[in-house]
Amino acid sequence: MNEVKTTAKTNFKWVGKRTRRPDGPDKVTGRARYGDDMVMSGMLYGKTLRSPHAHAKILSIDTSKAEALKGVKAVVTHKDIPDHPLLEPPYGPMIADLHDISRNVMAREKVLYDGHAVAAVAATSERIAKAAIKLIEVEYEILPHVLDPLAAAQPGAPILHEHQFTHGVDPKPEAPSNVFRVVSAERGDLEKGFADADIIVEREFRSEPVHQGYIEPQALIATASEDGAVEIWTTTQGHFVIRGLCARLMNMDMSSIRVTASEIGGGFGGKNNVYAEPVAIRLSQKTSRPVRMVMTRSEVFRGTGPASGTYSRIRMGAMRDGTIVAAEAEIYNQAGAFKGSPVGRSVDSFFSSYSIANAKATAYDVCVNRPKVAAYRAPGAPMATMAAELTINELAEKLDIDPVDLRMKNAVQDGGQSLNGAKYGRIGLTEVLETVKNHPHYSAPLAPNQGRGFALGYWMHGGGLSSVVANLLDDGTVAIATGNPDIGGSRSSMRVMAAEELGVDLELIKPIVADTGSMGYSHLTAGSRTTFATGMAVINSVREIIEKLRALAAKKWEIPVDDVAWEAGQAVTQRDGFEALTLKQLAGMATKMGGAIAGHSEINAGGAGAAFSAQIVDVEVDPETGFVSLKRYTVIQDAGRAISPDYVEGQMQGGAVQGIGWALNEEYIYDDKGCLQNLGFLDYRMPVASDVPMIDTVIVEVPNPNHPYGVRGVGEPPLVPAPGAVANAVENAIGKKMGSLPLSPPKILGTLELCR
Amino acid sequence: MRYEAPETIEAAVALLAAAGKTARVFAGGTDLIIQIKEEMIEPGMLVDIKKIKETREVILDDDEIRIGASVTGAELGENKELKKLFPGVVEAVQLIGSDQVQGRATIGGNFCNASPAADSVPALIASGAKAVVAGPNGTRTAAVEDLLIKPGQLSLAPGELIISFCLSRPPKNTGDAYLRFIPRSEMDIAVVGAGVSVTLNPDGTCAAARVALGAVAPTARLVEQAPDILLGKELDERVLAELAAAASATCQPINDKRGTIKFRTSVAGVLACRAIKIAWERAEKN
Repeated sequence: MNEVKTTAKTNFKWVGKRTRRPDGPDKVTGRARYGDDMVMSGMLYGKTLRSPHAHAKILSIDTSKAEALKGVKAVVTHKDIPDHPLLEPPYGPMIADLHDISRNVMAREKVLYDGHAVAAVAATSERIAKAAIKLIEVEYEILPHVLDPLAAAQPGAPILHEHQFTHGVDPKPEAPSNVFRVVSAERGDLEKGFADADIIVEREFRSEPVHQGYIEPQALIATASEDGAVEIWTTTQGHFVIRGLCARLMNMDMSSIRVTASEIGGGFGGKNNVYAEPVAIRLSQKTSRPVRMVMTRSEVFRGTGPASGTYSRIRMGAMRDGTIVAAEAEIYNQAGAFKGSPVGRSVDSFFSSYSIANAKATAYDVCVNRPKVAAYRAPGAPMATMAAELTINELAEKLDIDPVDLRMKNAVQDGGQSLNGAKYGRIGLTEVLETVKNHPHYSAPLAPNQGRGFALGYWMHGGGLSSVVANLLDDGTVAIATGNPDIGGSRSSMRVMAAEELGVDLELIKPIVADTGSMGYSHLTAGSRTTFATGMAVINSVREIIEKLRALAAKKWEIPVDDVAWEAGQAVTQRDGFEALTLKQLAGMATKMGGAIAGHSEINAGGAGAAFSAQIVDVEVDPETGFVSLKRYTVIQDAGRAISPDYVEGQMQGGAVQGIGWALNEEYIYDDKGCLQNLGFLDYRMPVASDVPMIDTVIVEVPNPNHPYGVRGVGEPPLVPAPGAVANAVENAIGKKMGSLPLSPPKILGTLELCR
Repeated sequence: MRYEAPETIEAAVALLAAAGKTARVFAGGTDLIIQIKEEMIEPGMLVDIKKIKETREVILDDDEIRIGASVTGAELGENKELKKLFPGVVEAVQLIGSDQVQGRATIGGNFCNASPAADSVPALIASGAKAVVAGPNGTRTAAVEDLLIKPGQLSLAPGELIISFCLSRPPKNTGDAYLRFIPRSEMDIAVVGAGVSVTLNPDGTCAAARVALGAVAPTARLVEQAPDILLGKELDERVLAELAAAASATCQPINDKRGTIKFRTSVAGVLACRAIKIAWERAEKN
């Protein structure tokens, strides 16, 4: 069942309605063009040779036999990718170090994980390309490897980067370390806090890395012309970011690269990065022909970013009345082969739903011999949240207080702060918790072998740079161009907001995703920012059109523009004797009376604010096999204002499903040499449709005051509490604490058998 | 790579015999095509057997049932009479892959892929199926379990191929069942599989029983002690406990990405008991 509980005004024409999506027909007929749907004449096929070792020195690479193969047009290695110096501090939250990126797209001194790219070829057919990479001879000196973040952080662990010394510790270390940095935040006096506590709960958690699991593998075509211009067609969450990274990495002018985003078959943060793009540019430059590179599923698993696996320790103390007085946590995040796991977000995620007087969280960014992590839907949050939420549930148990009541008592209020110090404006946390408490699911009876889990998730959204161009055409239709790939229905939401502003029929608005040459910079479709930030740019652009239309009407009527208003899609005036002018009429006049009408907006949107998602899960555990079946699942989330409720609900359900997979079955399985064993969806067990019940949703609407319609981000929050909620349900079903994800049947059965 | 689609058994045998080890028999292709694409195998020739009439038929005679090797899962699922006689065998084949895969995947292909985890195999063994094997020296039949050697390998001579599977028409009060454990609800490969066939005496005690396990050893295997435990008995808790122990004792599994030795051994006992309960109930009704 899906519900919307709103406190906001509801007299919208389009906002909040369930509308047909503009990209729907092409997607259901198969006409939509994804990454590998593009072909060009003269196109070559690129293929990547990948490391078979987890950690090894590259002694030599001999490409001569591959180059001699008929049909091979070019071979590239690290020698073809420019090197860059290491990034100097200060380090921001998202590290984009060209030194590392150049080595990740093509291994230089060493290979750092099974699947690390070592060389690539371009050939006249895929078959020849495949044969050619087998002819490349690489001499390796195998080095000891390390996969576990805790083990990698210990002295004596195999070191991935001899140049890396831990930042954020005093005194500066003398020995290199796999720990790139230690980040922490704190407030109050922990010692005093724990001294005041009547009850203290301590727990430990472990989790495996999980892949974003997008259905569409990375795929692109790059074309370099003789005059230095490069065009790229690629499946990405941000073509402007791809342009910037490629230009900086390849030492090119940014303006000489034009990137077009294909339709995208899922990303979840995993398509924020460059992988084969710079390599394809180089292959195309060498051959003067378009080069297409499409990853196989196993390449996606071996070569692209998962979310960090983690180890965490947590301690929380409360007084008998339920006041949480002290909280301390630390988490080791696997960064993969290169630094840059979401440590700051992990720190912020443990305790920021609560106003705890004395709290500290610490996160370690640890390099290990696995693919470099990429963002994944609320990066850094789900595992930190699981630790805190399961600990709070145990506190509730010991205090004999209802878990939602305990959270209500400690919930952060409007004007409060996250642990990292971000100030909250108007937030919907209390409304979300009240909705949980009153939801029939929360008090429904359970059958034998069933358990109910509950967890709350917090996520602070980003806003950022967005650009939009809106063109009014002669016939009264409006083309809205954004720079954000449509990954979750954004074209639909942009159309709704434009139609709402203009007061016209939805079908008159044609939203598109434009290339990087067409408009101002737009940051990634990520961070749940598009409907919020790009939506604001759409509204601004359309408002500019409306201003121009009012001016046009004033000119036509020969009256002052202040006497012209825009109402329900028409220019109107209070003055007598003037009939309203419709959008269509004005559009037809424009070219004869001054020129075409367009609006544009380039903004850096602030005030995206925080959102909270609460989830109730019922599972049943088969006591003889450890099999977990999901019985019921409810997601309750503050969306600010749901522009398109269907997509908001889809996001809430999708996040929950990814959390189910994270909690129950998804994991990377390596052999003792550090090579990945489960290279496809058969053995990397994401949930299939029949694994999950229809997930109920309640959209709570507490409008964000910083958006014209009250929008908050909705994509990331639903994953934040999901693994914790599912794990909590399993714990309650079997009556045992289990802190190590995934809670796969062998682990559950093992735990049950131990207790028998 | 050559592709041939002979219309007679003789032509197929001749092609296979002449090509030697580089030829592969091609039915639904749901395993073979993936193995070719993933470069696990590079056959020189594919011999498509779907044009051979004998491999495409399901014949229900008075005393014998014959299922062609290239009959698909979906076709078996639509065969109501067969489903009534051998629900366990049909259910096992129908567990393979998705609906789309069911339209292509064949019972013979599942058997000949020779995966220790193949769902059809424990069910066929439990029901006492025999394979009809054609080859350069004519046709022979063999108990299906006798053809299993090790993962990926059957005891077939060069030029031999499986044409069909034969099952005796089950006596009165016979029922079969197949269950598997997977961590998901579908689209997965058995971590443990258990096939059971039982025939009951008029007094409700066990007259005949065969229990076979999959994914717990290099090949699917019979639980040899099952008849000793079950014959003449009713299905009570003590008998079930003995059966579970015997099933677990039959296991010689490995630790791999799909399960652990401990888990497989334990769950084999559980599934054997659950499957026999279903088979028993069916036998009582037949």
